[in-house]
Amino acid sequence: MISLLNYWFVFALMLMGLYVTIASSNLVKKVVGLNIFQTSVFIFFISMGKVADGTAPILDEAYSSYSNPLPHVLILTAIVVGVATTALALALIVRIREGYGSIEESYIQQQDREQSP
Amino acid sequence: MLLVLSVALLRIRDLFTVAMLTGIYSLVIACFFMLQDAVDVAFTEAAVGAGITTVLFLTTLSMVGREEAPISRINLPALACVAACGALLLYASQDMPAWGDPQAPVHQHVAPRYITESAAEVGPPNIVTSVLASYRSYDTMGEVGVVFTAAIGVLLLLGNGARRREDNEDDAEDQP
Repeated sequence: MISLLNYWFVFALMLMGLYVTIASSNLVKKVVGLNIFQTSVFIFFISMGKVADGTAPILDEAYSSYSNPLPHVLILTAIVVGVATTALALALIVRIREGYGSIEESYIQQQDREQSP
Repeated sequence: MLLVLSVALLRIRDLFTVAMLTGIYSLVIACFFMLQDAVDVAFTEAAVGAGITTVLFLTTLSMVGREEAPISRINLPALACVAACGALLLYASQDMPAWGDPQAPVHQHVAPRYITESAAEVGPPNIVTSVLASYRSYDTMGEVGVVFTAAIGVLLLLGNGARRREDNEDDAEDQP
């Protein structure tokens, strides 16, 4: 049971991120939720790459057991892509704020309804 | 620790505090990656996640204001959806290999080859570097494409805003 603890921990983070992304009405908070969801996936991958008694995947005479380098590479790529998408999302929020004067979803939708009866 | 931080992140309504907590959260995650032998990922997360993302959030907050409207009630449909996902994930996790198990399927396919052959085939002692720059360099090229697209998107979105503000100022000057 203890062997799956890491994964459950990931699921808890993931679900919290998901809930905030759906339920929060503030757009910046939604992006924070998305970030938490994303980092939970990172933790999931890195946990899967870990080998018990392994060491960091840097070759050395003194070690013979290494953790799996492939998830590390994938997550390196994912972190950078994640920052790129966060930047894009935040730029969109800044534009929405210029257009609507608010970053609260309910307020924005109310303005939309008033404009198109 | 991470759970406490993320609960705080989601409960606090002052967005400035949330932005600073995001930085701390990223740093804690970087420590976690370090413990899991993922040193390259750890320093990328520390630099990019804790550094750049926090700066991005702070810049945005300086433009949009830092107060979040109070949340009136718990969103029941969202909670139901999240609970359903959680149940499915828990059910699926029963089939996961144990953490750290060297016999897990993840470690059986290409990883042994990367570990045993990369020194001869590519060169650098850091296997992550070899895989990133040689075996999976198409991934890295795609990543550059994504970052480039995102940069263009941000410039287009914000550049237009700046120009429109100038137009507005011009209009304001014309009016009186």
